[in-house]
Amino acid sequence: MSAVVVEAGAVEGSYLTDGVTLRSWLLTTDHKRIALLYLGSITLFFFVGGTAAALIRYNLITPQGMIASAETYNRLFTVHGVVMVWFFLIPAVPVTLGNFIVPLMLGARDLAFPKLNLASWYLFVVAGVVVLCSLFAGGADTGWTFYTPLSSSYARGHVVLTVVGIFIAGFSSIATGLNFIVTIHRLRAPGMTWYRMPVFLWSLYATSVILVLATPVLAMTLLLLGFERIFGIGVFDPALGGDPLLFQHLFWFYSHPAVYVMILPGFGVISEIIPAFSRKRIFGYKFIVWCSVAIAVISFLVWGHHMFVAGTALYSALVFSILSYMVAVPSAIKVFNWIGTMHKGFILFDAPMLYALGFIGLFTIGGLTGLFLAALGADVHLTQTYFVVAHFHYVMVGGMVSAFFAGLHYWWPKITGRIYPEMWGRAGALIIFIGFNLTFFPQFILGYLGMPRRYHSYPPEFEVLNVLSSAGATILAAGYLLPLAYLTWSLFRGERASANPWRATGLEWMTPSPPPTVNFVSTPVVTEGPYAYPAPEIVQHHG
Amino acid sequence: MADASYLPHEFQYSSARHQAETAIAGMWLFLATEMLFFGALFLSWIYSRHWNQAGFDAGAQQTNLTIGTVNTAILLASSFVYSAGLAFIEIGNKRRLIQCCAVAWMLGFAFLILKFGVEWHGDFHKHLFPGSHFAITGPLSGGAQLFFIFYFVGTALHGLHMIGGLILVGWIILRARRDEFSPGYYTPVAAVGLYWSFVDVVWIVLYPLIYLVGRGP
Repeated sequence: MSAVVVEAGAVEGSYLTDGVTLRSWLLTTDHKRIALLYLGSITLFFFVGGTAAALIRYNLITPQGMIASAETYNRLFTVHGVVMVWFFLIPAVPVTLGNFIVPLMLGARDLAFPKLNLASWYLFVVAGVVVLCSLFAGGADTGWTFYTPLSSSYARGHVVLTVVGIFIAGFSSIATGLNFIVTIHRLRAPGMTWYRMPVFLWSLYATSVILVLATPVLAMTLLLLGFERIFGIGVFDPALGGDPLLFQHLFWFYSHPAVYVMILPGFGVISEIIPAFSRKRIFGYKFIVWCSVAIAVISFLVWGHHMFVAGTALYSALVFSILSYMVAVPSAIKVFNWIGTMHKGFILFDAPMLYALGFIGLFTIGGLTGLFLAALGADVHLTQTYFVVAHFHYVMVGGMVSAFFAGLHYWWPKITGRIYPEMWGRAGALIIFIGFNLTFFPQFILGYLGMPRRYHSYPPEFEVLNVLSSAGATILAAGYLLPLAYLTWSLFRGERASANPWRATGLEWMTPSPPPTVNFVSTPVVTEGPYAYPAPEIVQHHG
Repeated sequence: MADASYLPHEFQYSSARHQAETAIAGMWLFLATEMLFFGALFLSWIYSRHWNQAGFDAGAQQTNLTIGTVNTAILLASSFVYSAGLAFIEIGNKRRLIQCCAVAWMLGFAFLILKFGVEWHGDFHKHLFPGSHFAITGPLSGGAQLFFIFYFVGTALHGLHMIGGLILVGWIILRARRDEFSPGYYTPVAAVGLYWSFVDVVWIVLYPLIYLVGRGP
């Protein structure tokens, strides 16, 4: 244990200038620097997964498939799923924006366990390298779900290597979740009571509960799968009396809550941005925070809806169907609360707000179509079709990726100390919104018409909609490259940001942009709740 | 914990006591994740046994009840001795802490020798590792092989956790010898103690699952 005592007033420069060597970055325990290390890593994986997606859409331009072999196509969508789920969507907001903002929002100087935080990044890197190795060695063709007995007995390719990568990435998730929970409990600034915490913190708390309690189950599941794959004999093998369906139960006990790991942080980001750009107190604060907790709890009880057609008992299917409907309630409450916040607010259409508005629309479509799939009768028709693909891409890409970009633009001035070009930001938000809808709305229709997912060819009557979808994907790709370009440009040429360029509330805006290494020269004292924006009448008159 | 306000601490904490309590909270949460990790194994084990009871029982009857029982006693004794060491450092007796840790370490090591050097060796000798040369044939063979898959996975994972624990207890001994603990600061001793006891808890579930349930009344 080392004694680090920082005298008030002794701080000059920012966390970015406090040590400029490679070593000072790779051995840092500063949560802000680790957030940037993560940001670089997940951006790389986002474009790896995105390239696979582009090749998938390229293949589906013609009914017989543009890529010669179905095997290659199977490996492409497996890479796309594995990389996007475990190396972008699950970590994205918590490890980048969360890592950076959580201590700042709490009024803390760092997370509770900074070394564990750095270790989690190294685990993530090792996991990523292992998965990329398996990718370059030829990948696997099981899909990201690794269902047995396909994955254990029949699949070709590097299943074990891929699974090892995911196994390691899981421990990185656990470390991050554990750090957040302990930090939020133990390192709140004086006066920062639970109900004075911004919604983003509540969302990440709920996310972390899922990360620490669900991820270990995935670890054990993948371990048993790896055993079966290596020794050729295992507990999911029906020849011995084992149950392949047990794998699906265990897998979805993790993976359905993990879906909420992907979306809950997005809810948190949106809950910060909507009040800031409506210049208004958030509507129904307690409802929103308890809905986050409710979603985390109910998310553990809905996994069975992935197995409606897999031969589970009708009674259990009914129960899981009803529970799946229930999880929609707190999600819908949040949407109403965001709209209630904007109602009679002084709405500013800056880039973060445009992304946030896109999020609300796309997430609502994704959420409502989820109810179709939670309904037993409709699911029998729609399961394993493009309707499912469109549904979860509306939530994951339309929702979560939009929220990630919203948060990235919102906190970019804080993180980098630079302002990005506003017009390009707005253009990016608009292009992504249009490209996204053009890509995925046709897939709802394709699914409804019965086009199954995960095939590299399809009947000619589906061609027009598939070409539309692929055309949309090119617009979407351009939309994602745009922020990469102008955000990078702003790092070097952007205007310097003030401490609070959005005139938003929250402790993170009370310290300079970029913050000093210690975050706060003197520990702030919190005296009021979050989102203390003036009454709408006052805002109307003074802007 | 005794007053530790004079002790150094990391800059995000208000006091050394604040930091110590946070470290213990972190360890508890880590053990919760471990609980879910082994929980998934136990659930799969019990679920599979439910459908293959006769096969699981046939497998369980081949296990070495004597070594299992002796090992249970060794493990519990080890944790008891370690806890005594914790009590000694609370009153500042560093020498007794080191002695207790050393005894706890040796007991843990004895467990590993018995488990892997003797028991696993015998299991392999009796062809109890699942596969084409499996000892039990006939209709109960499948269930018995399932049992031994769980047996080997469960004991291997528990053994890995034991090895991790031995490294940690050794680390405590080294730090105690360097005189780093006092009645005001012994957080690592307490945190490792929690982990060492958790390894017992896992074994307390594994012991009946392996040795007792299949033998029946």
